[in-house]
Amino acid sequence: MNRSTPILEVPAATGARDQHMILNMGPQHPAMHGVLRLVAEIDGEIVVRIYPEIGYLHTGIEKTCEAKFYQQVVPLTDRLDYLSPMANNLCYCLAVERLLALEIPERAVWLRVLLAELTRLNSHLIWLGTHAMDIGALTVFLYTFREREEILRIFEGLAGQRMMTSYFRIGGLAMEPPLDFYARVQGFIRAFPEKIDEYSNLLTGNPIFKGRLQGVGILSAADAIALGVTGPNMRGSGVDFDLRRDMPYCGYEKFQFKVPIATEGDCWARYVIRLQEMRESVGIIQQALDGMPHGPIKADAPKIVLPDREKMKTQMEALIHHFKIVTEGFAVPAGEVYQGIESPRGQMGYYIVSDGTAKPYRVHFRNPSFATLQALDTMLRGRMLADVIAVVGSIDIVLGEIDR
Amino acid sequence: MLETKTFIGKTAVLEGLAEHPAVKAILAWRPEALADAKFDRNELTLTIAAGEIRVAAATVQAAGYNFFEDVTAVDWFPASPRFQLSYHILSHIYKERIRLRVMVEGDEPAVESITAIWPAANFYEREVFDLFGIIFEGHPNLLRIMMPDDWKGHPLRKDYPVEGYR
Repeated sequence: MNRSTPILEVPAATGARDQHMILNMGPQHPAMHGVLRLVAEIDGEIVVRIYPEIGYLHTGIEKTCEAKFYQQVVPLTDRLDYLSPMANNLCYCLAVERLLALEIPERAVWLRVLLAELTRLNSHLIWLGTHAMDIGALTVFLYTFREREEILRIFEGLAGQRMMTSYFRIGGLAMEPPLDFYARVQGFIRAFPEKIDEYSNLLTGNPIFKGRLQGVGILSAADAIALGVTGPNMRGSGVDFDLRRDMPYCGYEKFQFKVPIATEGDCWARYVIRLQEMRESVGIIQQALDGMPHGPIKADAPKIVLPDREKMKTQMEALIHHFKIVTEGFAVPAGEVYQGIESPRGQMGYYIVSDGTAKPYRVHFRNPSFATLQALDTMLRGRMLADVIAVVGSIDIVLGEIDR
Repeated sequence: MLETKTFIGKTAVLEGLAEHPAVKAILAWRPEALADAKFDRNELTLTIAAGEIRVAAATVQAAGYNFFEDVTAVDWFPASPRFQLSYHILSHIYKERIRLRVMVEGDEPAVESITAIWPAANFYEREVFDLFGIIFEGHPNLLRIMMPDDWKGHPLRKDYPVEGYR
């Protein structure tokens, strides 16, 4: 099979093929949010059909996982959705911990929630900046990246890395947060709601921004469910479902927050929802800071969790465990789990099959953007070509997690 | 926090979870289509006889499991049957997830597509076709999705080396 077969030979939507033009967008294009290639069949300026062509970033992460120890997979998950690494880490660690039936200390759970929500802010800020920039509102991009920079600095202080943090571990977290961590997070979220108002002032009343988004890229609730669209995109279509609230994981049942819903299903609804979600995330982070329990951040499981550096150098037992974990990994009981979480982009689900050895037999990543991309055609049929940019921006996709 | 209740095997699940909406729906439709079942780590897995998956999917959809999340495969090479397909289906009503499992024989693995029931399965089935070489009959556009079209082999099979063919 070669490339002459598919895409354009697929039966046309209408009979009038001679008048239609094929337009190729991407994969190297700043509005495509990575290496997404869209093949659009257009009739004048009207989109007849749109066909996403993906795989340019495929690196076979799932295959690589099968050759790694369980703990070595954590840094690989960072590279899936590279704009929200902590969400990937969280999903993977929760899945393995369920296979191991491992209890996580309370403080690690709360810190994980805090970090997952901070990641959501980080991810939504990038979405807002790039989305507005695609529409032509360049200023917002500079503002959102100013706030994102502070989040990245917090991450850097925490994990030593700005983006590929790999801070979560099977059984807890990698290390104690730095002394100024809580104060910095508190300072950030105290100032942040005002910043959201600032973005809102720039965009919500802006007639150009409104005109480009309202009534554009409409996705009905039934279509959203049929096409597997999740997260803010699904809630923008009026489906009231959020895994954090409806199927709580990682202690989310202890937090009070609202799940924003809109019924219009257009790009504007998705914009409004993400802005509200940022406010809700600030609330969750505040609750996490206020109620942060004391105690360890790693589970008491010496055969799974690496010992502290100090212990390793002073205690024989700890040294043996350290050596064993690093060289042989740890065996995980046979079985299969599917762990779902609400990532910034929607429902993320990691499916892990264990055969009882120290390496996963099979790991599958269900990433929200992959399914969301299927809805592109439904949202864009019969719309103007310029709307493609608005819609691709509004569904908030990351190609790293689509191609894996 | 972690659920300890476990049922392994069809009879145990039928006894322990007789009131479960998905189990009930499958039994009402065709009890012999249910080849095996287990409830482990708080997840219900229903093994459906190969060839029945399309109707089984429609049955659980009608029973309230309205959201298709994921389908993927596991290669149990060199065991027979070789491939396991795992469909993860979520219910917005019951707020829980079930897994439908189908075992497929190795030589020319093929199974019915469920894209007619959940269009969302389109990309996922293409991915499984691409990386495992399992044919989905009735799929509208079964082309490679990740790998180039002229790629030889199916990378996620266990007899495909991690480094690729040299």
